[in-house]
Amino acid sequence: MSIPPAGKMERPRTIHGNNGRFSGKTVTLAHGGGGKAMRDLIQDMFVERFDNPALALMEDQARMDLRDLRAHGNRMAFTTDSFVVDPLFFPGGDIGTLAVNGTVNDLAMSGAIPLYLSCGFILEEGLPLEILERVAESMRLACKAAGVAIVTGDTKVVHRGSADKLFINTAGIGVIAEGVDIASYKARTGDVVLANGYLGDHGVAILNARGDLALETAIESDCQPLNGLVQAMLAACGTIHCLRDATRGGVAAVLNEIAQSAGLGIRLDEAAIPLRPEVRGVCEILGLDPLYLANEGKLLAVVPAEYADAVLKAMQSHPAGKDSACIGEVMDQPEGTVILKTGFGGQRIVDMLVGEQLPRIC
Amino acid sequence: MKYVDEFRDPGKAASLIKRIEELARKIDLGQARPLHIMEVCGGHTHTIFRYGIKQMLPEAMELVHGPGCPVCVLPMGRVDDCVALAEHPEVIFATFGDAMRVPGSKKSLLQARAEGADVRMVYSPLDALDLARRHPAREVVFFGLGFETTMPSTALTLLQAEREGIRNFSLFCNHITIIPTIKAILESPDLELDGFIGPGHVSMIIGMQPYRFIAEQYQKPLVITGFEPLDILQGIWMVLKQLAEGRHEIENQYQRIVPEEGNRTAQDAVNRVFELREFFEWRGLGSIDHSGVRVRKEYAWYDAERRFSIPNLKIADPKACECGDVLKGIIKPRECKVFGTSCTPETPLGALMVSSEGACAAYYTYGRTEIAKPGV
Amino acid sequence: MCLGIPGKIVQVTDPENKLALVDVAGVRRQINIACIVDESHPAESCVGDWVLVHVGFAMIRVDENEAAKTLALLEELGNMQDELDAMRHSGRPDA
Repeated sequence: MSIPPAGKMERPRTIHGNNGRFSGKTVTLAHGGGGKAMRDLIQDMFVERFDNPALALMEDQARMDLRDLRAHGNRMAFTTDSFVVDPLFFPGGDIGTLAVNGTVNDLAMSGAIPLYLSCGFILEEGLPLEILERVAESMRLACKAAGVAIVTGDTKVVHRGSADKLFINTAGIGVIAEGVDIASYKARTGDVVLANGYLGDHGVAILNARGDLALETAIESDCQPLNGLVQAMLAACGTIHCLRDATRGGVAAVLNEIAQSAGLGIRLDEAAIPLRPEVRGVCEILGLDPLYLANEGKLLAVVPAEYADAVLKAMQSHPAGKDSACIGEVMDQPEGTVILKTGFGGQRIVDMLVGEQLPRIC
Repeated sequence: MKYVDEFRDPGKAASLIKRIEELARKIDLGQARPLHIMEVCGGHTHTIFRYGIKQMLPEAMELVHGPGCPVCVLPMGRVDDCVALAEHPEVIFATFGDAMRVPGSKKSLLQARAEGADVRMVYSPLDALDLARRHPAREVVFFGLGFETTMPSTALTLLQAEREGIRNFSLFCNHITIIPTIKAILESPDLELDGFIGPGHVSMIIGMQPYRFIAEQYQKPLVITGFEPLDILQGIWMVLKQLAEGRHEIENQYQRIVPEEGNRTAQDAVNRVFELREFFEWRGLGSIDHSGVRVRKEYAWYDAERRFSIPNLKIADPKACECGDVLKGIIKPRECKVFGTSCTPETPLGALMVSSEGACAAYYTYGRTEIAKPGV
Repeated sequence: MCLGIPGKIVQVTDPENKLALVDVAGVRRQINIACIVDESHPAESCVGDWVLVHVGFAMIRVDENEAAKTLALLEELGNMQDELDAMRHSGRPDA
């Protein structure tokens, strides 16, 4: 089965014949029962929409020809992630876009070409079908933009109250080209740390969408697939040492993991970290540190110094990396620690977060 | 950001630091120790650690982190009271974020929420009032904590509730006052402080007058200081200048925000709603006279302590806890026997490890590894 | 207790209940302006004022003159230092 190339984002559409078909209807236990109701839901909601030969067979499993995999490289990358975000819809995305891009990006961080996703839904009894349709449509568009296909899936329904509206699990398969070997422990002294754009947008968008802090800002989630960007970066430097996407725990979590894995130190330059003024504003109002905010379309790359310019240029020429910047470097000491050179000239440690970051009043 | 970025300009830091170094060298108070300057306020502690200011300062002086962090000094007994309130099924317990993590004798508010209590984080007491409007069948209790900075907002919210006739709203009042705290520190026999960086936002409300006793009775300089890194450097410079010139006065570095008389409108609202308690319990410092406020009886309806029965038990800190000595500047966080071992941000024993402005938490998170002094 | 950030009032949304919209670096929030309103400064006149925002309230107006004075002083401290250095290097005694 050949995968169509990644397409541009298009506007959501309703599937012909389903116009208004789901309006006013909700998920019932029958939809998870294995009978006709479930089969119809899967057919109408997912199979027609995700529209690929493997899925259309409606078998219990998807079958892919190994030759199609081998064409891309010599190792398979395999990952899974579950998505439980609340609220389901937020500026810049929804649980569906997260479910696709999150797994695509986890694969992409190995340098893999993402190919196939599975998708498991756990639906709360009473969830409006229109909501599910919106989410499914987002997933369709996200798959198209990333160049992946959802080839198999599962749907379960639980009693009202046993799940918060909708949970999604996606697992993903990708293939890593021969010679590409990216891992956290490979960071070396003298390497530079690159980021592909503004940090903290997703964290702020979610905070805002939850509504309890009553802030008005146009900040949108940065949720996007990074596989295209990674391939462009690898074309500029085949020996990128580390790639990680800065999701929960933000930049701080990822860099601490890399520093600990490699047994080296990382020094960040606060003045070089790209932050939108509104993200700074929200952080100042609430007393939050942007280094801990989640991102859903940002990666950190640790790259040998001699390739820094070439990789940065490749990133900045790619739509997913327009605002890329060099934000730090890898050092011998202090071992396993991330240091921030503050905008004021002093230095401090950037530690891993303990628990969730909470707004302060002091 | 206007009125913020200008006061974070690193270009101005270098010369200020050189001047601080020169002054610190010149000052000789006849002591065999570095100069000790206490920043009272948790917000100052946070800025100092966030910008790595400590290492920029000369060795001839040391910053001592004071007790001005209302979350840090919340006694376990009061947290237990919060949990008891939150566990009433009809109550929505509304609180500022950082208070949720403070451990009580059995659990924190965060843990109580995990067990089913309706605890909600709010940014403003007005958000808590809004919860009361939107949930007329529930009882909304707002956990009011903070120094004089935050008293006006709590008071005004209570007055707004009264104006609108909102009856399902009450306040669990834990507001504390700064002056008795500073006095308790000055009265401490082991005291080794030479000067103070004074709380900028408390002073915005109370003005400069309440601090005069520090200069007159105790002959120590105090400079009311803002919260940006240049503010703190300038504040330190002003304290050192006083020491070098043999002065002890109350000065104001934060003049763009702090008027000499404070904010009368805010003070009036506070005085209308609150009155001083005879004494109040502080974690680590014990009982301090007149250091807290409670709701006046004219507003009894809005006082959660009158509306609900709470355990109101005095719970001692764990024996190993040396928070009191750290708060008074007698020992540094690293010198506490349990620092970093059984007491960490993940498993805090005492208040100073709980909040991110607590001296111990700040030390642990931002500065536990010795970082070589950067070339300025 | 200490966390306050300067913001600009861009709209008075409810003069009777003393509510306004403040802008901090492009982020907007409703705040209560009771602490900065009196006979000489009625609610409607607050548009354009810079205030210190803390827990949803405007606590006080930023004194723009004082801000400028503080910055000028900080600037001057920098210059004086350079002068002192120059004098030291030229071998003359400090003033």
